[in-house]
Amino acid sequence: MTTLTDPPKASFRLSMLIYDTRYRSATIQVVALFGFMLLAAWLINNTLTNLNTLGKPISLAFFTEPASYDINQRLLDYNSRDSHLRAAFIGLLNTLVVAVLGCITATILGVLIGVLRLSKNWIVARIMTFYVEMFRNVPVLLWIVLAMAILIESLPAPRAFRGENPEATLSFFDTVAITNRGVYIPEPLFSNSLGNLPIFGNSSLRFDISLDFLAFALVLVAGLFASHTIKKRADVTQEATGLRPTTWYTRLAVVFIPIIVLFAVLGFHLGYPELKGFNFQGGTHMRNSLIALWLALSLYTAAFIAEIVRGGILAISHGQTEAAGALGLRSGRIMSLVVLPQALRVIIPPMISNYLNLTKNSSLAIAVGYMDITGTLGGITMNQTGRELECVVLLMAVYLMISLSISLVMNWYNNRVKLVER
Amino acid sequence: MNKSVLIGAAAIACVSAGVAAAGTLDDVKARGKLNCGVASGLVGFATPDASGEWGGFDVSVCRAVAGAVLGDPKAVEFVPTTGKTRFTALASGEIDMLARNTTWTFSRDVDLKFTFVGVNYYDGQGFMVPKELGVASAKELDGATVCIQTGTTTELNLADFFRTNGISYEPVPIETNAEAQQQYLAGACDVYTTDASGLAATRAAFENPGDHTVLPEIISKEPLGPLVRHGDNEWGDIVRWTLNALITAEELGVTSANVAEMSAGTDNPEVNRLLGSEGSLGEMLGLDAEWAKRAIMAGGNYGEVFEKNIGENTPIGLARGLNAQYTDGGLLYSPPFR
Repeated sequence: MTTLTDPPKASFRLSMLIYDTRYRSATIQVVALFGFMLLAAWLINNTLTNLNTLGKPISLAFFTEPASYDINQRLLDYNSRDSHLRAAFIGLLNTLVVAVLGCITATILGVLIGVLRLSKNWIVARIMTFYVEMFRNVPVLLWIVLAMAILIESLPAPRAFRGENPEATLSFFDTVAITNRGVYIPEPLFSNSLGNLPIFGNSSLRFDISLDFLAFALVLVAGLFASHTIKKRADVTQEATGLRPTTWYTRLAVVFIPIIVLFAVLGFHLGYPELKGFNFQGGTHMRNSLIALWLALSLYTAAFIAEIVRGGILAISHGQTEAAGALGLRSGRIMSLVVLPQALRVIIPPMISNYLNLTKNSSLAIAVGYMDITGTLGGITMNQTGRELECVVLLMAVYLMISLSISLVMNWYNNRVKLVER
Repeated sequence: MNKSVLIGAAAIACVSAGVAAAGTLDDVKARGKLNCGVASGLVGFATPDASGEWGGFDVSVCRAVAGAVLGDPKAVEFVPTTGKTRFTALASGEIDMLARNTTWTFSRDVDLKFTFVGVNYYDGQGFMVPKELGVASAKELDGATVCIQTGTTTELNLADFFRTNGISYEPVPIETNAEAQQQYLAGACDVYTTDASGLAATRAAFENPGDHTVLPEIISKEPLGPLVRHGDNEWGDIVRWTLNALITAEELGVTSANVAEMSAGTDNPEVNRLLGSEGSLGEMLGLDAEWAKRAIMAGGNYGEVFEKNIGENTPIGLARGLNAQYTDGGLLYSPPFR
C-alpha cells in the first residue's frame, strides 16, 4: 500500500538561479539589465571624460549669449542680439507651424484620396493609385527639394512686377503677389487695435498675446455656445411637440453678428502687399521654404494616410453598407455616417505614427532653408558655438517631447472613438 | 546576445574615434592617404574637373601636405564639406586637416579647439548684386533679400552690418555655394554675400559675369587658412610649415621648375635648409630631408598656385592685393626656416 506524502519542501539553493527554469529567466534579465546599465554608465562617463580632455566640458552657458544671426521666418519678435535660447524657441515654433499645417492638409488629402481609391469609377481609382505609389516610393527629401526648385524657377521674381508694362501682375484683384520668394497675401489689420499683452517679461521665452485675437476668440466661443443653446432648445421643443422650429438664421446670427460688430469697432481692414524697394512690403509673407516644405510633407504623408484610410474602410464588413443601404441611405451618407465612424478605430493608431513621421520629417527643412529647430538649435547655433553634444541632446529631447505630446493627444482621441462594448 | 554586443562595441568605437587625436602623422602614413576636407565645389578654390580630379587653390595645400608627408601629391582623399559639416568632420577625425576657405576667428581657435596653422588667403566679406538693380553701395540694400551660406562667419557679419547701419534685410539661408548660385540667378535673392574671393569665383562661373557687380564695401576681415585639431602639435607643425614652405619658396625664388636643380645646393643657406641639402629641418618634423622639395613640386610655390588657380589670368581674376609677399607690399610673411 502506498501512502501519499507531501512532496519534499524545496529549499532554495543559489544554484537554482541558473538551473531552475522557474528562476532562470529572471536571473538572465537582471544580469542583462545590470550589464546594460554598466554599458550606459561607461559610455556616458567616457563621453564626459573625453569632452573634458578636449577642453569642452558640458555646459549650457552658451544659451544666454547673443545668437548673432538672423532668422527670416519668425512668429515672435527676434533680432540678432537675442539669445541662442530665444533662437531655439523661434525655431521650435516654426517646426510646430509646419507640423500642424502639414498634419491638417495631409489628413484632408489622405482621407479624400483613400476614399476615392475605392471608387467604382475606374479612372478615378487608378489615378489615386498612381498618386499613392508615386509619393510613397520616392524619398520625401526629393519631394521637398523638387517643390522648392519648381517654386524658385517657375515663379516670377519681384523685379518682374516692376515698370510700366510689368511681365507679372498681382493675382486675385491685385491682392495676392505670387513670387519666387514666396506668396504675399493680405493681412488683417485693426485701426483701433487693443494692443498686445506681453507674457514672461523680457526672458527668452517671452511672447505677446494679441488682445484683438483674444477678443475675437472670446466672441466666437460665446457665439458658438449661444448657437448650441438654441439647438438644444429646438431639440427639446421637437421632443415635446414633434415640430422642429426653424433656427438656422438665429444660429447664424448669434455667431456672426457679434463678430462683425467687433470687427467694425476695432476698425478691421486688410493690408495689401505693395512693391517697395527690393521686395513686396506689407501683407503676410508665406515664404517659399515654408510652402515647399508644407506642400511636400503633406503630399507625401497623404499617400500613407490614404492607404490607412483605405485599409480601415475595407476592414468594415460589406454587410454594414448593405444594411445602411437597406435603410434607404445614399452612398455619401453611408460613408460618412456608417463606414467611416467604424473605420476610425482601425485608422487612428497607424495615423498617430504618420503624424509623428510628418513632424520628424519636418527636420528636413534645412534642405530648403526653412529655419525650424533643426536649423536654429541644431544648425547655426551648434555650428557657431561648437556645442555639438549639448545641442543634439537638447534637440532629441525636444523632438521626443513633441512626439510624446502628439501621441498622448491622439491616444486620448483614440480611446474616445474606439468601439464601446457593452 | 551577440548582436547586442556588436551594437555596444560599435557605439563605443564611435565615441572613442573622436578622441584619437594624437598620432595623426602615423595614421596618415599607415593609411597611405591624406584625408583632406575641402569646399564642396567652389571654382578656383576646390572643385573637381571633368575627370573627377580635384583642383584649386585650397586643394593645392592638401596636395602639398600629401607630397611632403607621403611623397605623392595624388595620395589625397578629398572630403567635400559644407559650412555646417566641416568642423564636425575635423573634430571627429573623419579628416586629418581642413583646407576650405575657413576664417580664422578667436572662438574657432580657442573654443572649438582647432589650430589654425596660418593664412593662405587674406579676404573680406563682400556683396554681389545684379547690375540692373542699380545699387552702388551696400548701404542702399535696405529691405533686400540676401542669400547667405549658413554656419559661416559671413552670416554673423551680415547680421552685424545691417544692424549697425540701421537697415533691414531678409536672410535666405542656404547650404552650399552651388545652391546660392541657383537662387541668386533665379532672382530668389537680390544679393549674394560671402568672402570677396568666393564672390569672384562664383561670378566667374556665371554665363554673363558682366551682368553682376561686386559692391565696393568689404565689411569684415576674413583671414582664410588651413586648420587641424587641437592636441596634435606635431601634425599641426607639419601642415603649418608646409604652408610656410610654399610661401618662403616664392620669396626665395624657388619654383616648381627650378626646385630640382636648386635642391642640389645653392649659395643661399636658407634655400639649402628649406630644400634639405643643409641642416635637418625635415627630421625635426618627423619627415625626411626632401619634404619641402616635394611639397613645392606638388603644385609650385605660393605664387604659382595663386596664378594658376585664381590669379589675374584665370576667369576668377583676383589680384594679389593683400596676398602679395611682404616684400611687394602684401601681408604674406613666413617665419624664417632656421
